[in-house]
Amino acid sequence: MTERVAATPGLYPLPDRAKETLSDLKGHQKGDLLGGDEGEAIVAEYDEVRAEYVDHQLDAGLDLISEGQGRWDDMIAHPLTVSDAVETGGIVRYYDNNNFYRDPRVVDDLAFSGDVADELEKATDLLADADGAADASLAATLPGPYSLAELATDEHYRDEAEFQAAVAEFLAGEVAAFPDHETLFLLEPSLVTTPPVEGAEERATDAIATVAAETDADVVVQTFYGALGEKLYAHLVDEAGADALGFDLVAGDRDDTVYNVQEFGATDSLSLGLVDGQNTLVEEPETVAERVEWFESQIPLEGFDRTYLTPNTELFYLPTNKYRAKLNALAAAAEVLD
Amino acid sequence: MVRNPSANRDQFRPADHPNETFLLSTVVGSYPKPKWLNRADELVDDPDSKFDASDLEEAHDDACRLITHEHERAGLDTVVDGEMRRNEMVEFFADRIDGYEFNGPVKVWGHNYFDKPSVVEEVAYDEPWLVDEFEFTAGVAERPVKVPITGPYTLGFWAFNEAYPSTEELVYDLADLVNEEVEKLVEAGARYIQIDEPALATTPEDHAIVGEALERIAAGIPEEVRIGLHVCYGDYSRVYPEINDYPIDEFDLELSNGDYEQIPVFEEPEIEPDLALGVVDAHTAEVESVEEIKRNIRQGLRVVPPEKLTISPDCGLKLLPRDVAYGKTENMVTAVREVEAEIDAGEIDLDNPLADD
Repeated sequence: MTERVAATPGLYPLPDRAKETLSDLKGHQKGDLLGGDEGEAIVAEYDEVRAEYVDHQLDAGLDLISEGQGRWDDMIAHPLTVSDAVETGGIVRYYDNNNFYRDPRVVDDLAFSGDVADELEKATDLLADADGAADASLAATLPGPYSLAELATDEHYRDEAEFQAAVAEFLAGEVAAFPDHETLFLLEPSLVTTPPVEGAEERATDAIATVAAETDADVVVQTFYGALGEKLYAHLVDEAGADALGFDLVAGDRDDTVYNVQEFGATDSLSLGLVDGQNTLVEEPETVAERVEWFESQIPLEGFDRTYLTPNTELFYLPTNKYRAKLNALAAAAEVLD
Repeated sequence: MVRNPSANRDQFRPADHPNETFLLSTVVGSYPKPKWLNRADELVDDPDSKFDASDLEEAHDDACRLITHEHERAGLDTVVDGEMRRNEMVEFFADRIDGYEFNGPVKVWGHNYFDKPSVVEEVAYDEPWLVDEFEFTAGVAERPVKVPITGPYTLGFWAFNEAYPSTEELVYDLADLVNEEVEKLVEAGARYIQIDEPALATTPEDHAIVGEALERIAAGIPEEVRIGLHVCYGDYSRVYPEINDYPIDEFDLELSNGDYEQIPVFEEPEIEPDLALGVVDAHTAEVESVEEIKRNIRQGLRVVPPEKLTISPDCGLKLLPRDVAYGKTENMVTAVREVEAEIDAGEIDLDNPLADD
């Protein structure tokens, strides 16, 4: 019997109060954004934000708890923008959204930072102290190496393959320092938006496998903004070291995803992006549950180890009231299915 | 197809215009708010303050009068109130259109947020959006007043769409509402309307949706009314020459920011609406010299004759310090008048306007 797990890959919107406090503490300009060396007042504010995120998720009844990534000013480019080997360049568009991040220009050998591990340690402490957290465990989130390399500008390695491998080694080093986590989400939207060229698929999947190999946790390679190309999909199933591939089922081309799974098989577990992270319309739990059953019914396999019920994208696009409503919808949908 | 810009251009030529040649000078719209107005906007929300909504209205009136006159002092042929009453280009309209609701700010980048509204039911026209604003400004202005309106494509795509099967359908409904508003503005005496569609720059593949929306906006609007379209910060080769089919009189572009690298895009085929050329950068705090702006104006003459050339800043100037915004506007008008005189004197070769540079 397939286990249904309600979870999110994080990147939540800051609570409105923290939006104001942090912009007062940090400023509005490019140079004011997070560098990983923030002062006491800012650290304290983010500690509060993190605690709120944990409470929100426990209130909703999610099965896995995310740190929430409130500090990630540059969205999934964050692990690089706080790295010593990186100088931040101009403000550039974040995928096809009306959102922007600082272009991380890699100018030196990428080396271990431990920035994300520190956040996860703090989340672990919060979970240990929280009421009603007995059944909940931690889900860690990182950008996948393919997307992170795509979002960055390489001014040091000067070779695409070498750069991708270096980013993968860097992320693997970060994972090695993580506290215990049940699941690791590797976010890989670039696999959809700017897929590897013909023949370069294996290099991308090798990079992902390098990161995945560093943890004993379930590894979910979460893709979004649409369906994967079929050839790349087949490579990912076989070579990426993923326990689950994640799909955007909100996107209009979801039939292509069904086709991929029917044609090329699947990982032992699946992660389904079911609620729209970019629209304030809140899905009914029954609707979400129907989407899970619809997808599973299309698949010729006997069942999976796990189906993750997730939003299709990060949730920072939403106002805070709607982000919380989306958490509730996911958790309630898992209940409906049980 | 393109409207008839030559049918409405001359009404903006001042009676005392000094030159034979007339390059229409204008602005895109927004202008830095005086600091006291920002304070007033905050004060009205402070429960401990006696400053109330009618005080704020008075402050807005004062600011509109001030900036309209500032535009006139700079010598512009057509003026705007600097959008002193508006907070943000989507929010302001969403607040006035039935069908939108606000849930709170969302991130744009870093700690910059925007109160992105949600469309939760069919949009509908309630009260006029801009007629009062126009009537006030026209009442205090000596020069003709231009009215900038955020376009339906941007109003649709920069909101969450909860209610419509596709955002395209939402855009068409919004276009019908904009048409209704433009009709009311025309009735109130407006003769120069500018539709702002910055969202088109980020998704140029949607140019046909914008074209259809403009058809709806322009339907039934008489030809003495000048309709402009402003699009900024994009790759214009992806919407040109398609925009030649838009029912507009004028296409307003930001080109100074890219140092006119994109001007050749408009060499072939010939541009059909009038060209409103951005000649000062809205995002640098240095005031361009008159000489530099004159060279920028000549860039426009590479692709249109003087009678089809309008001159404006690249974009709204609201993010600049106010003295810089004024300096740019004043130098721009000086440069326009000098170029006109040089054309009259035969000093600029219109077949090769950059010669002698």
